[in-house]
Amino acid sequence: MTQEIYYKSASELSSSLSRGELSSVELTKVIIERTEAVDDRVGAFNSFSAEDALAQADASDQRRSAGQALGPLDGIPIGIKDVLAVEGQPLTCSSKILENFISPYDATCIQKLKKRGAVLWGRLNMDEFAMGSSTENSARGATSNPWNLDCVPGGSSGGSAAAVAAGEAALALGSDTGGSIRQPASHCGIVGLKPTYGRVSRFGLAAFASSLDQVGPMGRSVEDVALLLQAISGHDEKDSTSYQEDCPDYSLAMEGLKNRKWKLGLPKEYFANIADATALEPVEKAIEFYRSLGCEIKEVSLPHTEYAVATYYIVATAEASSNLARYDGIRYTHRAEKFDDKDSVDIYCQSRAEGFGEEVKRRVILGTYVLSSGYYDAYYLKAQKTRTLIRQDFVNAYNEVDALLTPTSPSPAFKKGSKSEDPLSMYLSDIYTISANLAGIPGISLPCGYSDGLPIGLQILGQPFKEEELLAIAREFEDAHDYKNQHPNL
Amino acid sequence: MSETPHIDIDYVAKLARINLTDDEKSRFSSQLDSILGYIDKLNELDTDFVAPTAHPHEVFNVWQEDSVSSEMSVEKALSNAPKQRQNMVVVPKVVE
Repeated sequence: MTQEIYYKSASELSSSLSRGELSSVELTKVIIERTEAVDDRVGAFNSFSAEDALAQADASDQRRSAGQALGPLDGIPIGIKDVLAVEGQPLTCSSKILENFISPYDATCIQKLKKRGAVLWGRLNMDEFAMGSSTENSARGATSNPWNLDCVPGGSSGGSAAAVAAGEAALALGSDTGGSIRQPASHCGIVGLKPTYGRVSRFGLAAFASSLDQVGPMGRSVEDVALLLQAISGHDEKDSTSYQEDCPDYSLAMEGLKNRKWKLGLPKEYFANIADATALEPVEKAIEFYRSLGCEIKEVSLPHTEYAVATYYIVATAEASSNLARYDGIRYTHRAEKFDDKDSVDIYCQSRAEGFGEEVKRRVILGTYVLSSGYYDAYYLKAQKTRTLIRQDFVNAYNEVDALLTPTSPSPAFKKGSKSEDPLSMYLSDIYTISANLAGIPGISLPCGYSDGLPIGLQILGQPFKEEELLAIAREFEDAHDYKNQHPNL
Repeated sequence: MSETPHIDIDYVAKLARINLTDDEKSRFSSQLDSILGYIDKLNELDTDFVAPTAHPHEVFNVWQEDSVSSEMSVEKALSNAPKQRQNMVVVPKVVE
């Protein structure tokens, strides 16, 4: 079977590059042509520079011909969510307030990719400041789902997921604060992993909610995601919350864990009251698959699940209101032309009114309210305490099982515009993903079937710093099915 | 908080330093009231003896040498400011 080069996995491309069957310039040209052919329909990119990508690819080819290739990612085009700093490139967070911002330095994960020779490819669309589940809240315009252009790709890393699904990048980096890697991966039929909080440095990631944010890999196969995770993981003294834990060789560790008889838990709260039964079918089949491998499948309880969305929207908005205070119209690009100069703070108020989109305003105001005098204990402190209970639920569950199997999202990708008037219903669509951020545990989403032609994701939640177990469990399923070779018709 | 929570939108928008249009004020206030109503369910939980979580895997005493390591020039650091002159950000006059 011949497969289009742009749909080949990063690991296959890497082998072709090392065998000299393909050059990075050839590969990068294919990706650029593919992007130019489909991105007017998909809208995954905020911007890209073909010239810059080809220069990086050429440098990679020269290294390789001199026998100095830098490893499996050398010469592979990797799309970057428009929330990570790449020196000399725009960083907009899909916000008008950063429309002209050019990064003066590299994020740590970007520096690590440069050291491994990756071709950093373009700036991928997202919900403004990563606030959203549909990539509709973008100053640049919405991204479409490559499987059905009338539907959303999920969010907030919707551009990253759509680009990988549509063959516009071999791999992509996303960020996940409440499901922003896993949910779009699930909606676009690709693999996305949120690492343990502290596994990947947040230095150079434009902050949304600092105690929840984590950078992570997205790709068309589990192996590819392992490769990218390997490249970006590790302690960084520039991020005091990054962890001193050693990172294993993920591909090797994954091999070593093959055929293990895992104990897998089904959180009963996640399977109660499922509204869309057809969306659950592929997940149930996946559970049966693991049972057929001889894994022990066991019901477990995460009793505080029903409080997760409320907890999350206090913690996340409170931290966001503080983090986004820096966009004041003084130091970062957008300043209002007209403001009331009799009122010394109006320059801030007006610049922010013009620069922020609706969802960002709504969340900053909610976050300001829950932190305001007289309400701090009732909301923010209360939420931090509830967070402890949610975390403890997972500790208890992992005393019984190795990992948890759940749907990634309550439904497949929804139609554009269908939830934008009702923020609470949009927030509730994150129900299966946000607990992992509150508990700081890793999670992966991988394609496990379809509902009405739209991909459905299986989520596997694991123990802190055990990403290799998630990868190994995910790969058992991937190896026995053909989803990684199925692509949208564009 | 037994009564229905209600945001004083003018006061909070001012604290958040965001000017809102009348239309935004009315829309946000009803949306935020419904979100706060939902959030109120946390009060079903007794958390009196529960410690708060700020970092899911706590790390303590993260120190580093206080040494100069940034090589960013002043020009570069200021390059994203909307107005700058002579290595300074230009702002409107606030003191007569």
